[in-house]
This record gives sequence, C-alpha cells and structure tokens, in this order.
Amino acid sequence: MSIARTNRLTPYLFLAPAGLVLLFALFYPICYMIYASFLDWNPSQRIGEADFVGIRNYTKLFSDPAFRESMWVTLKFAAVVVTLEMIIGVGLALLLDRNIRGMSVLRTLFILPMMIAPIVVGLMWRYMYHPTVGIFNKTLKSWGFDPIPWLSDGNWAFASVIIADVWQWTPFIFILSLAALQSLPSSAIEASKIDGATGWQQIIYIKLPLMLPVLIVTLLLRLIDSFKVLEVVLVMTNGGPGLSTEIMSLRINRTASEFRELGEAAAMSNLLLIVLLILTFTMFIYNKAQDARAARLRAVEEEA
Amino acid sequence: MSTKTYDRQNPAFYALLIALVVMAIGPIYLMLVTSLKLNVHIMSDSSSLLFMPTLRNYETALCDFLWYEPEHLRRCDPTFGRALANSLIIGLISTAITLIIGTMAAYALVRFRFMGRDVVSVWTLMMRMVPPAVLLVPVFGIWTFQFGIDGSRGGIILVYVALNLPFVIWILQSFIVQVPIQLEEAARMDGAGPFQVFFLVVLPLIKPGIAAASIFTFRVAWNEFLLANALADRNSRTVPVTIVNSLTEFDIDWGVIMATGMLLAIPPIIFTFVASRQIITGMTAGAVKG
Repeated sequence: MSIARTNRLTPYLFLAPAGLVLLFALFYPICYMIYASFLDWNPSQRIGEADFVGIRNYTKLFSDPAFRESMWVTLKFAAVVVTLEMIIGVGLALLLDRNIRGMSVLRTLFILPMMIAPIVVGLMWRYMYHPTVGIFNKTLKSWGFDPIPWLSDGNWAFASVIIADVWQWTPFIFILSLAALQSLPSSAIEASKIDGATGWQQIIYIKLPLMLPVLIVTLLLRLIDSFKVLEVVLVMTNGGPGLSTEIMSLRINRTASEFRELGEAAAMSNLLLIVLLILTFTMFIYNKAQDARAARLRAVEEEA
Repeated sequence: MSTKTYDRQNPAFYALLIALVVMAIGPIYLMLVTSLKLNVHIMSDSSSLLFMPTLRNYETALCDFLWYEPEHLRRCDPTFGRALANSLIIGLISTAITLIIGTMAAYALVRFRFMGRDVVSVWTLMMRMVPPAVLLVPVFGIWTFQFGIDGSRGGIILVYVALNLPFVIWILQSFIVQVPIQLEEAARMDGAGPFQVFFLVVLPLIKPGIAAASIFTFRVAWNEFLLANALADRNSRTVPVTIVNSLTEFDIDWGVIMATGMLLAIPPIIFTFVASRQIITGMTAGAVKG
C-alpha cells in the first residue's frame, strides 16, 4: 500500500521543485505585471500604495506619439530583419547543400555570432561603425569616399542595426534550412532529375515546397525572437538618434528605469506579450495541423 | 546518394565560401586584434596590420587577479574582476540548479501518466516565449518589495533558473523519450526505487542532452543584461552590466573595453568549438523533426 502511494506521489515529487520555481518566479510575476498595468505606480512605492487607474495606462500609451513611433519601429525592424534573413539564409542553404569537405567546420564558425553575448555583438558593431576609428569609415576614407554617419543619422542607424542583426541571426535560418534540406527524401529529387528538371525548377517545384513546413516554423521562431532583441541595439544606439531605433523592449526598459512609470511599462510589456502569444499560438496550431495532416495521409495510404 | 556526387566545384563557389567565413568571424577577429592594441594604435589613422600585440588591456581589466603589479597602471580598478567572479558564480550555480530540477521535471512529464500532463507541456512551451523585457517590471517589484532579495546574487540566480527552466525541460524531454523503457523496468525489477532509477539509469543515458541543455543555460545566464541590470547592486554586478556601464561615458577606452568583451566572449566560443554538434541539435530540435 505504501509503495503504491509513493508511486502515485513520485511524479509530483519530481515535478515539485521546477513547478514551484516556475510558479513563483515566472507565472506569478506575469500575473503581477498584468495587475500592475492598471496601476499608477513608481519604483519607490510598494504595489499596495499605487493607485488603481483602470485602463488609463493603455489609453495614454495609444495617444502617445512616442509609443506609436516605437511600435512602428519594432514592427518595421521585425519585418525587415526576418525577410532579409529568410532570403539570405535559405538561399545560402540551397547553395551550400553540397557534399564538400569542411562543412561541419563551416557550420561551427557560423553559429559563433549567435553564441556570444548580445552585449559583445553590439560592442563589436559599435566599434566598426565608429565615425573615425571604425573599419567601415576608415576603408571608405582610404578609397576616397565620404564617411557615412552610420549611427548618428536616423535612417542610417536603422540600417546599421538591421545589418548587425542580419549578421547575428542569418546563420540560425541557414542551419535550420540546411537540416531541412538534408532530410528531404532523395527519391523526389531524383525523380525530378530523371524528368529533366533544371536546377531552378528543382528548387522551386520540389525543394522549397517540401521544406515549407520547416521554413514556416523557422520563420515564426525567428519572428518571436526578433521582438526580444534588446541588448545589441542598446549598446549600439540606445534607441537613438531620436526614436529611430527605439524598439519596444528598449522603450519598456526606459519607461521603467528613466521615466519611472512602472504601470505604463507593465502595460507595454503586456502588449508585447500579447503579440508574442499570438505568434506562439499560431506556431502551435500550425504544428498540430501538420501532425494531423501527416496522420491523415498515413491513414489514407494504409487503406489503399 | 547520386545527388551527393558533384563534379569539381566552381572556383567562384570557393570564393563565396571564403567570403562567408570572413564575414562570419571578421568582427570577432577585429575585436580580438583591437583588444591586443594600445590606444595610440587604435586611434591612429593608418589601419596598420603590423603592430606589437600587447596584453596591457587584459592586465588593466584583470588587475585584481594578477600576482604582479602592471607598471602602466597607477591604480587598480577592481570593478571588472569582481564582475567576472559574480558572472562565474551566478552562471555556474544557476546552471546547476536549472539542470537538476529541470531533468527531474522532464522525466516526470515523459514517464509518468498523470492528470495535467498536457497542460504542463503547453505551459512550458508558452513560457519559453517570454522575453526578459516583459519580466523587467514585475521581477523588479516582487524581488524588491515582497521577497526582499534584490541586489543579491541569489535573486539573480532565481530569475535565471526560472527563465531557463522551460527550455531545459522541453529539450530534455526529447532526449528522455529515447531512453528504452525496458532498461528502467529491469532496474525496477532488481528493486531500485524511482529515484535510484532516475539517477543511476536514466541520467547517465541522457548525457548528450544534458550537455546541450547546460550550454544553453549557462549561455543565457552568462550573457543576460537587462534583468541583472535591474536587480544587481554594486557588489553583485555581472560582466555585461559593467560593460554597458563603462560605455555610457563619453570617452570610451576601446582597448580595455574590447579586452573585457573578449573575456566575456571566450567561454561561449570555447563551448561552440567543443560541442557544436550538441548545440546544433538543440537549435534544430523542434523545428526539424526526424
């Protein structure tokens, strides 16, 4: 009897520590944040002393041009970055999917930019973009061109931040799509070859459609992550000049620590979280649908 | 495998490969070179490839740990040394805790059938998507006013454990599923309790998964800036926080800051070279099935 009881309790014993930590240090803070977004709260107050202001934080946010600008910058950043990275990453994967020596070394070198600290990535790019000692302007100067105001002009700063992010994260897409390419059924590709398909036709009609499920998941993963980017931009431009590179997570940080408006920052975090939840759910549902489709296909095959 | 036999590659193909490698590691190489230069050389107009490498910037950053006194330093600034110690302690302890409780939870989720298992899985997946920026306000509020652990290393460790757990549980699940259940049943027949089965049979078999999970966990704790910045006080600052703090000054000492950046980048670079296979497995798991 006692053995049976321990057996029934075991899963809960195994789960308990992780469950407690997640409950107190992740779940509770998120609920707390949702509540705090309805408060007028500054960092020197306890939460009990803050006034309840209903949805004022949200209405204030949407009438705040700086917030709308930051929202626009975030969306623009995510869209541009993910598009560029998908095109370059998938293109490189299609190009490098060959039986060459040193492929594993190449992949190792490619994941380096993702592994080192975002702070350090920002630091390296800030140094390279430096108006006088940076390598880009030094090179331009030695070739006789005018220096470019990489980080001091709004449009250039936005482009510079995008270049840095593309450098850091294209390898992620490259590695995932290469893995997808290498797990494609070789029979389909061979069949198309026998039918006389050219390289381009193979890519467009065979490889890309077969890779599509992986590509969509990759795209969603990268999209979710692009809303999380913070440190690289913080080090390079700190959101400036003006608001040209102030993405949402930076704005949350500034609202909380500089403007000391915790309620407003919580409201902003909430909106960001909603966007991410929608994306996550899309991914989840897409995965489920894929699994269901695969199961149905298998069933049909068995019947036949 | 006929698709894999190619003729000799085009020279342009190799040129492209070399260009890609240069682009991928060029910035890192540039940081290394800069960290070995004196400021006079960094600031000079000619981008000379020839210079005498010097360890002076590293001496400045690490002066706390040196057994001799670097003669170019008038006063030793212990900030960075202290931050390095903090980063190491926080990174190692939070990784250890996350892995221990993470493997246990993943094991329970895979092996035991009990109510709420699906719910737990979905929640873990959703929690993975929470960015640190979203946790900034509540963690600051709760840690300061309710738990009273702001400004301590313990507080930072707790956030990192919570932040990493969902990913660790999720990735370890995929490894534990592959452990043949017959092995566990055999051990149970021989009279092993559930904890013995877990620690003596399952754990040794999922070592690769644990390696991948610990690299990812340590990397997050080692690299994270935002929450550490909000929670740390003068004595518990980590390396990323000190780097950003020294950047806000107008006159940046590029040599020293690149040396600190390099020191921060070295552990992840070593992991990458030692365990790139596991890292790629961790990255592709979930997106690419089979």
